[in-house]
Amino acid sequence: MIWSWDYTLEILPVLAQASIVTIEATLLSFVIALVLGLVLALLRMSGGAVGWLTSAFVELVRSTPLLIQIFFLFFVLPRLGIVLDAFVAGIIALSLHYGCYCSEVYRAGLEAVPRGQWEACTALNLSTWSMFKRIILPQAIPPIVPALGNYLVALFKDTPLLSAIAVLELVQTAKVLGSDNFRYTEPMTIVGLTFLVLSLVSAAGIRWLEKRLNRRSVR
Amino acid sequence: MSEATGNQPMVRFEGVTKRYGSLTVLDDLNLEIGRGEKVAIIGPSGSGKTTVLRMLMTLERIDGGVIWVDGEPMTHMQKNGGMVAAEPKHLRRVRSKIGMVFQHFNLFPHMTALGNCSEAPVTVLGLPRREAEERAAELLNMVGLADKKNHYPAQLSGGQQQRVAIARALAMRPKIMLFDEVTSALDPELCGEVLQVIRKLGSEHDLTMLMVTHQMGFAKEFADRVCFFYKGKIAEQGVPQELFVAPKNERTQQFLRAVLEAV
Repeated sequence: MIWSWDYTLEILPVLAQASIVTIEATLLSFVIALVLGLVLALLRMSGGAVGWLTSAFVELVRSTPLLIQIFFLFFVLPRLGIVLDAFVAGIIALSLHYGCYCSEVYRAGLEAVPRGQWEACTALNLSTWSMFKRIILPQAIPPIVPALGNYLVALFKDTPLLSAIAVLELVQTAKVLGSDNFRYTEPMTIVGLTFLVLSLVSAAGIRWLEKRLNRRSVR
Repeated sequence: MSEATGNQPMVRFEGVTKRYGSLTVLDDLNLEIGRGEKVAIIGPSGSGKTTVLRMLMTLERIDGGVIWVDGEPMTHMQKNGGMVAAEPKHLRRVRSKIGMVFQHFNLFPHMTALGNCSEAPVTVLGLPRREAEERAAELLNMVGLADKKNHYPAQLSGGQQQRVAIARALAMRPKIMLFDEVTSALDPELCGEVLQVIRKLGSEHDLTMLMVTHQMGFAKEFADRVCFFYKGKIAEQGVPQELFVAPKNERTQQFLRAVLEAV
């Protein structure tokens, strides 16, 4: 028999435990990426040397593989005296990588806000902080929710890369279970299904949020 | 530093120059606007008339000269006996005396009429929201939109949106109001309601008003003085009766002829 239900029941609790690591890594990295992306987009728009340096950084990160970045943080930084826990290194790599992608999305959103809105803020003497918080971001963000949501799902599906530095997330756990028991079918199938279900759930969540935001802005 | 007195003009452009690359939009402009004076700026497109308002609202950087507002330099500040470019804090303080209404309204689409008119009073002036909303409601009432205060811009006509924009600018209690072609984006039948509001403002408040307009009839009836701009300079200025009835400058004559023919 290809599929063993006994084995499945035996490994399910272990995989459930590992899925918590995957979900933690995803949510933590995505929240940081969302904040970092906005900061990078604003720095980039500020122009001057800061803007240029930010652009260069974003391009560097977007043009190199995530796996290399993970390896760099985990294996190269210790040589410079910075030793990171595997999970921490993984979170940093994921949030940096996706932060840079998100910054491009934010930039598109910010640039889509008509110039007249910025000018009205100046004419009303709003501070830079109030301008972004009350006027610009509430208009810039709803249209980019779908694009940001795509990155949430993409980030989630990239978490198995953390298995390369032995973070015990879903795929790494499945690999260990498989090699211990010489059975890969059950753990890999369960992991694949878990990713499928969670991706579909997040996509549905994003669509719900998108609809809600649209209802608010287009009355 | 602020030796503002009643005798000084409300606004003074002193040798103001503005360039976009090699194109000179304002060329050594000198212009004084008295307290409570209502000045209309007319002229062909590209003559720099809108730039005058945008410079005064600090939406454009100045390339030469100084703009004075209410007796103190706005674009510059005195420091160690000399004049240096104004810091943001100084700009913000002086700018608070000026309000502007735009050709395309520029209302905040995600806020109701009431929200549009109370946002800046709360975040900039620090008024409690309740008080700001009460004042906003009064202003909306003044522009004839008491029943539309909970409407979003997309639910209002162009003329109504522009009246909300006027109320929004007034909510900041400016001393100077700038009107930048405020009826140009409106259907002809909606212009009247907006001009009516401006007329009312002019008669009930001692605001200094500066308007760029293509509505010659309104300029003639409303303005204390009309400035005709041509190629970044004031080619001719005077009281409306003189300038419209017997223009001296050849360019003014040409322009008025062309505008009146179009009607």
